[in-house]
Amino acid sequence: MKSPLESAVIFSLGPVHFTQPVVATWVLITALVALSALVTRRLRVESPGRAQVLLESFLQLLQSQIRDTMRCEPAPFLPLITTLFLFVLGANLSSLIPGNEPPTAAIETDAALALIVFVSVIVYGIRARGVAGYLRGFATPSWVMIPLNLIEQVTRSFALMVRLFGNVMSGAFVIAVVLSLAGLFLPIPFMALDVLTGIVQAYIFTVLAMVFIGTAVHEEGA
Amino acid sequence: MEVDWIKVVSIASAAFAVAFGAIGPALAEGRAVAGAMDALARQPEASSTISRTLLVGLAMIETTAIYCLVIALLLLFANPFIAK
Repeated sequence: MKSPLESAVIFSLGPVHFTQPVVATWVLITALVALSALVTRRLRVESPGRAQVLLESFLQLLQSQIRDTMRCEPAPFLPLITTLFLFVLGANLSSLIPGNEPPTAAIETDAALALIVFVSVIVYGIRARGVAGYLRGFATPSWVMIPLNLIEQVTRSFALMVRLFGNVMSGAFVIAVVLSLAGLFLPIPFMALDVLTGIVQAYIFTVLAMVFIGTAVHEEGA
Repeated sequence: MEVDWIKVVSIASAAFAVAFGAIGPALAEGRAVAGAMDALARQPEASSTISRTLLVGLAMIETTAIYCLVIALLLLFANPFIAK
């Protein structure tokens, strides 16, 4: 059985090997960019089209989620949060395409996503409170907490990575095991469960990113 | 026939890690969902806040089970004590 910790090389350009998750990620990025360009090409205030209404209601939903979770104005965080959600959702749901393995089932993709969240927490924290204010946040409620807060920064990003990887990869793995044991149609319920898990995990990843950034932005407690 | 004890012990401990690592999170998630149901029955108007907090809490609890799964996978597929 193929190890879930390594990914298959599709093609190589000289010394650089392109693995399946990399290709799938780039296809997904291109699809997302093309879709966004297509939908936002004709935005109108008067009599908006169907796609625009759908897009606006989706954005309003995300805005209200950000407002509830982070308790601040959503505008500066909306691009990052929306992109994270759409990318993780698209990556998780791409397991439905036959022969495709979701990019988030490779730990490198999840590591990159968690790294984005890790860096953006620091950037947004410093932008909102200044370097001194952000660093002071590590010493709340007292300086005894400094090592714990520093460790927390790393471990929670690590947990973010492992959570997404474990959930998506185990879904794909279970389908592969069931398919190798039983017939053609038996994995279908597992795939349905996989769709549900994929949507929930995309939501959870986004909400956790919001929570992390929110705690870094707010004054009280890092 | 020579028995490779490292492989035997690795497979057994991978199974043990998943089996016993699933018990704690399962009990904890059951308690969390029961608590959320209780809160929903008392305050149905706070359902959005409760369900969001519940989902995030469940994800946090679930992480311990996922760690066990990753340990099992490392033992099975990336065991440092088995020479390739």
